Amino acid sequence: MSRHTADVVIVGGGLIGVWTAFFLARRKQRVVLIEKGVVGAQSSGTNFGNLRLQGRFPGQYPLSLRSQALWEEIATLIGEDCEFAQTGHLYLAYDDEERAKLEGYAQVSESHGLAIERLGSSELRKRWPWLSERAVAATFSARDATANPRLVTPAVARAARALGVTISENACVSDVARSGDGFSVKTAGGAQWSCGALVNAAGAWAVAIAERFGETAPIVPAGPPQFVTEPFPYLIEPSIQAIDGSVIFRQIPRGNIILAGYPRTAADPVNHRAPVPPAKTLAAMRALARVAPILAQCHVIRVWSGIEGYLPDMIPVIGPSLTMPGLFHAFGFCGHGFQIGPGVGLCLSEMIVDGGTATPLEPFSIGRFRESVAVSEKFRKEFDGA
Amino acid sequence: MPCVAEIVVVGAGPAGINAAERLCAHGHRVMLLDEGRQAGGQGYRRPSSGLDLDMAALMGTEAGKYEALHARFAGLLPQIDYRPQTLVWAVEDRTLHVVQAGVASTLRFDALVLATGAMDKIAPFPGWTLPGVFTLGGAQVALKDQGCLIGRRVAFLGSSPLLVLAATQYRKLGGEVVAIADTTPFARKLAALPALARSPRTLWRGLSYLGGAMLAGVPVLHGVTPVKVVGDGHVEALILRDRRGRERCFPCDAIALGYGLKPETQLAELAGATLRFDEAFRLWLPQCDADGRAAPGLYLAGDGAAIGGADAAEASGGLAAMALLADLGEPVDERVRLVLRRRLARLRSFQKGLAQAFAWPVAQIRALPDEVMLCRCEEVRIGEIRQAMAQQLGPVEINRVKAMTRCGMGRCQGRVCGPALQEIVAGAAGIAGEQAGRLRAQAPVKPIALSVAGEAL
Repeated sequence: MSRHTADVVIVGGGLIGVWTAFFLARRKQRVVLIEKGVVGAQSSGTNFGNLRLQGRFPGQYPLSLRSQALWEEIATLIGEDCEFAQTGHLYLAYDDEERAKLEGYAQVSESHGLAIERLGSSELRKRWPWLSERAVAATFSARDATANPRLVTPAVARAARALGVTISENACVSDVARSGDGFSVKTAGGAQWSCGALVNAAGAWAVAIAERFGETAPIVPAGPPQFVTEPFPYLIEPSIQAIDGSVIFRQIPRGNIILAGYPRTAADPVNHRAPVPPAKTLAAMRALARVAPILAQCHVIRVWSGIEGYLPDMIPVIGPSLTMPGLFHAFGFCGHGFQIGPGVGLCLSEMIVDGGTATPLEPFSIGRFRESVAVSEKFRKEFDGA
Repeated sequence: MPCVAEIVVVGAGPAGINAAERLCAHGHRVMLLDEGRQAGGQGYRRPSSGLDLDMAALMGTEAGKYEALHARFAGLLPQIDYRPQTLVWAVEDRTLHVVQAGVASTLRFDALVLATGAMDKIAPFPGWTLPGVFTLGGAQVALKDQGCLIGRRVAFLGSSPLLVLAATQYRKLGGEVVAIADTTPFARKLAALPALARSPRTLWRGLSYLGGAMLAGVPVLHGVTPVKVVGDGHVEALILRDRRGRERCFPCDAIALGYGLKPETQLAELAGATLRFDEAFRLWLPQCDADGRAAPGLYLAGDGAAIGGADAAEASGGLAAMALLADLGEPVDERVRLVLRRRLARLRSFQKGLAQAFAWPVAQIRALPDEVMLCRCEEVRIGEIRQAMAQQLGPVEINRVKAMTRCGMGRCQGRVCGPALQEIVAGAAGIAGEQAGRLRAQAPVKPIALSVAGEAL
């Protein structure tokens, strides 16, 4: 067995883990990141790539805006732009009830300083003439963006490695235990790490680590199905989402249209399978043709998914363990971790190095699962039979 | 006892027709799904209706079999539920997802026979994406389906017994064959002779085509290395290095490129078949027993199961049907089964011999220069693969390489570039072809239009 020491060990090489490693390394910490497979393989690499600011959980705006500022300088931070494009996000309402919901979201966004443009039916048609008549109103946020999730996590991992982080891929954590003031982490390959702080960023697999220290969260592993069409002449600049959740789509400059739609599908974290049932492919295709009839003859060429951890209140766990000093959790991002990833990494690095962060993260404490947590309407709506 | 099993056969080539025929003879109502407009598959393809083509001349020694299969199909047609122009795009549990006449629907089945056939196996080289370069199979489809030649002066390049066959067909229809150029050295063909001699009739047919071409003065080259296609917007010449290393230029206006066939295994994979890397063919092939059983209720036949050619497809279609019947508890004629098994084993081992005599050019592919286009759909060059793999935390597994580079992500889903990508990845990583992993199949196995999903509610 090889023995090593580090300041911080991070378990999980998803987007959260690599950004945390990156910011810790910038603060001169000796960091080890352990990943059971390869970095960015699950939902970090297979998500829709949306950096959406509209319509987020209200308590998340300070974190979200801080994160967007990091995304806006990603090329400077890590030396690669990962196809970051600030093309805006258009939220569509199909009826008056949805229009009222949009207005509610818009007011929350504006109270946090985001510029929201409200569009009626005729303005919508003027700016995007191909939009179907069913869209009766919309809100547009120009600061929202997209990036290529397949590229981001490996690129951040490379930048972290350049700053001295040890990245151990294909290494499965076999044991985690308290050791003195810190932790001892063993891998199946026979390595043992002693560290002062431990970050649990193991996504859908994170609860096993929390439970080693007497904490838990009711995580549901699931995969958001994603679809892509053949290239079509470039037409759609912003990311477009129907507020009923039936479809979200964007076009990349190459011409392909990426689309996703609820409900999400239960995944198998043991065998690493996140299936995409054909019926969901058809449902997403129908939903896209309904809002953009011009695409009716466009072909879907590929589908994919990846495993993500969901929690019943549809907000993540971020912050210190309540049972074990030096342990920090960041998991269960419920399908919206991509945008806040860099911000979460920065906040965790501040908590570990400075003992705290100025960004309010109280709503995300793991402590909320000590009592039974209400199942959110969003969770009910976005899952099969949930 | 009334028969309740829902049996679906996918593919109406010789394998699918034989399977349907035998199941039908046992009183089963069979549904036969076919992506084509007319039954026959690729090899026994019928010309488009209204086209007066001399198929007897075109099919040559195989004309009798061609006519016989189509006559049998005509007799079978009233007894089966035949659905042409039907794409099966997904298999899930015991349900097929199909698109027919632009509308998506589902079909339940209890037993499934997949006779999905094969497509061309392609090795890229500089200029292969220039208009005028066709796959060898595509060149034959143009001929049989439309009565068209791909050009007036055609070069046949690759490594496949079908090069000389297709060249013969082209000459019959008045095309000029400027060269038949095979990448496998002649010595390797001689070494494979003992295996090939097990099917003397087929071997003789191949040699007679070759002899005919040589007598007609067509340059026939072995052990060549393709250098490039030259032309301004269209093929103007093929440049290659002959076995002595001399550069040769063949002016032409079209090139038929083929390195043998590659089974269409996507549906088998989705239906639960296990795939294994085959060193002889250097392809991932579905695993099944001698009769085609691949999983409970799943039977594979024809070139989609293992490359064997039309005669093997006929035998394996019959065997798959007999396996299905036996699994339903129905009596089958053991003597017939034994004859078919022997025939199939002989034909498939002949194909293994062919795979040596007409080898997949592993070394040539791995040595291709960086600027060669590998993935036509997503326009990914070989250098981009090597560069992505060489960087820090670079991918070494083929699906991961696809995720990082887009190679294999486009319309064809790696069906064209997959085998070459396998070699490029293995070569760059310094590992065996098998260790590079397998591009996973997923539905839709072919592109489907948004409109097939139907009207929104």
